[in-house]
Amino acid sequence: MSMTRPASSAIAFAGRRCLTMSKLIRPLFLRNRLGSTAQVFGVAGSSRRGKAWDSVSLVKHREVTMHREGDGIGPELLRHVQEVFRYSCVPVDFEVVHVNSAMTEEDDIDDAITAIRRNGVALKGNIETSHTMPPSHKSRNNLLRTSLDLYANVIHCQSLPGVQTRHRDIDIMIIRENTEGEYSSLEHEVRERERGREGERERGRGGGIDTAAWSTRKLGDGLFLQCCKEVASGYPDIAYDSMIVDNTTMQLVSKPQQFDVMVMPNLYGNVVSNVCAGLVGGPGLVPGANLGRDYAVFETATRNTGKSIANKNTANPTAMLLASCMMLDHLQLHDYAALIRSAILRTMNETRMHTADIGGQGTTSEVVQSIMRLMQGASLRSAAAF
Amino acid sequence: MSSSTSVIKLLIGVFTDIFADPNLLGKYGLWLAGTEKPQPQEVSRVLGAVKNQTSVTRGYAGGIQTVTIIPGDGIGPEISDAVIKIFDSAQVPIHWEERNVTAIKGPGGKWMIPPEAKESMDKSKIGLKGPLKTPIAAGHPSMNLLLRKTFDLYANVRPCVSIEGYKTPYTDVDLVTIRENTEGEYSGIEHVIVDGVVQSIKLITENASQRIAQFAFEYARNNQRSTVTAVHKANIMRMSDGLFLRKCRDVAENYKDIKFTEMYLDTVCLNMVQDPTSFDVLVMPNLYGDILSDLCAGLIGGLGVTPSGNIGANGVAIFESVHGTAPDIAGKDLANPTALLLSAVMMLRHMGLHDHAKKIEKACYDTIESETVRTKDLGGNAKCSEFTNEICRRVQDQD
Repeated sequence: MSMTRPASSAIAFAGRRCLTMSKLIRPLFLRNRLGSTAQVFGVAGSSRRGKAWDSVSLVKHREVTMHREGDGIGPELLRHVQEVFRYSCVPVDFEVVHVNSAMTEEDDIDDAITAIRRNGVALKGNIETSHTMPPSHKSRNNLLRTSLDLYANVIHCQSLPGVQTRHRDIDIMIIRENTEGEYSSLEHEVRERERGREGERERGRGGGIDTAAWSTRKLGDGLFLQCCKEVASGYPDIAYDSMIVDNTTMQLVSKPQQFDVMVMPNLYGNVVSNVCAGLVGGPGLVPGANLGRDYAVFETATRNTGKSIANKNTANPTAMLLASCMMLDHLQLHDYAALIRSAILRTMNETRMHTADIGGQGTTSEVVQSIMRLMQGASLRSAAAF
Repeated sequence: MSSSTSVIKLLIGVFTDIFADPNLLGKYGLWLAGTEKPQPQEVSRVLGAVKNQTSVTRGYAGGIQTVTIIPGDGIGPEISDAVIKIFDSAQVPIHWEERNVTAIKGPGGKWMIPPEAKESMDKSKIGLKGPLKTPIAAGHPSMNLLLRKTFDLYANVRPCVSIEGYKTPYTDVDLVTIRENTEGEYSGIEHVIVDGVVQSIKLITENASQRIAQFAFEYARNNQRSTVTAVHKANIMRMSDGLFLRKCRDVAENYKDIKFTEMYLDTVCLNMVQDPTSFDVLVMPNLYGDILSDLCAGLIGGLGVTPSGNIGANGVAIFESVHGTAPDIAGKDLANPTALLLSAVMMLRHMGLHDHAKKIEKACYDTIESETVRTKDLGGNAKCSEFTNEICRRVQDQD
């Protein structure tokens, strides 16, 4: 007589999802090059900057939802973003929403979702999901992503000058399917892969690589690869290749320079994005975007809550600030994005003001001060040009 | 009176055996006071859950041990030949029994490995395997999967140690990944719900989680490792990974001498590429193990230099090279036999033949370090045969 042993199973879905190309994505790809945006969009920028105050009073300001999470480094980093935006007179108004990870009801997160629907764009800190909670308590981050149908998670891992790492010249764009375990109906066609291809073409990038573990999960990943292949055939000018995920991680730690754009399902995306973030210097440096057809939510790429370093003024503000720059580009406020981005880069490279996670001794506020000082210098110079 | 004399005789016998053959102590993680403590690389015995194993009689006292060798596909045959040649030159007391494991359809229509292969492995209990082809959509499951199911190979052990002489951006790596190999995301249960929608089931059971956790802690204890880290994503997969984690915690209670920590998969990945020296023994379910073990292999130089061992529930242990079949260089004498050789060395230690293991391993590392005779993947341009001969020469020189 045998006792029935408890077993658990989790179910993964792979659906044929449709992506129709969204115009919102293009600016993201085009302008997310650090330090190189000023030249391209100088004309529009300078005229607008001369009228900075006017644009605010002209109700040209955008409403953006900002999430503050109860614990972790989210709240302090977002405060710094607000500080920087205020300092540079960015015409953005923040609607602040608090989400408490300890609460079991979903009212908090529902309010947040409503706010995002209203504003269309959000900047968020990570909301912790304690795995001691019962399975009925859904991950808040996940709820947010699925309710708003933010199907693509895009992160850009680039080697930053001034940061010591084992590998140099890394420049990888990772596009990861973001709505895990969701059932999707048949009307949707292959869309995430479309987005990847369009993005590549816009950036003038050479190649794309799909990552999947097709040898062992033939059906699920097989379907993913099939979709990718179909979409790739529509873009003959972009090189397409596929690679098994375990080989991919191995290649990443030995020769990361071979990768350009990578598209993959959620499971592998988690691993690959963390590996890449580690390769370029850690979680404090990489921004991420969660994009859907109608909404966009920006955050740090590796979604760490950072509980152990909360409120100690040691967190690295770079990732969150770069995420806010991605958001500014999304809102077509390119000159502000360029301003802040170049200040960040110069702080990292010229003044070498680094936080502890990248080997320095600066505090969060010192780094932010340095960035703001550099911004002031830059805007004074351009104001003098008029 | 007679019973006590026989007990005394037995004790004397045991002690003389120990002094005659120090390897016997080494087998149990012990060493004579004053003699050199085995280094972690030497004591990589893979046999973990000693308590539950049925005792296996092996001819240690001068007997020849039979080992089932499965050359595999692609470059498999040539690297297997290389290993056999090197073992010959070291005069290892092994009799090789070569078998093929290409899947055949058994009675009842079920795919299985050829009965001769199964018989041989059941008898010898030790196997050495080269790379096998995994056909996509060929109708039968992968051969590796079949082997795993046939012998219930539940633990995959991959020690990743930086090779002196083969430089990678990561130095001083010394960790072991222990991967649950029978269930999880690779349960093989997949189906099409409707056209365009596929469902794949991740199965986690209490038994399997218990078994692998037990193995990991035993391994850590037997090999003087200080920490075991469970890798999971219980914040997302609360029930399945939650169960796995709970069993790890339960087992940790019985091993208070070993430190137990838990870490999310993404945090492990993030930290692994920044500072791999902070990890010791990692235990995890199937999919994470697949990815992480390859990631760690990449840190020390790739699959061409990484050994691997699989432990089964009934005493079977199969050691294998984990790289692919490399069909593009098959038959051209270009392959690198290091991975299979180091796996065979792992096998020797498992069998208690530490002296031979040490000799061959040293010869291999020295050859790589000398940089004069390296195969193409290691940055040289020597042929497989030249590399093999060089190792044989160094082995013989050590005598």
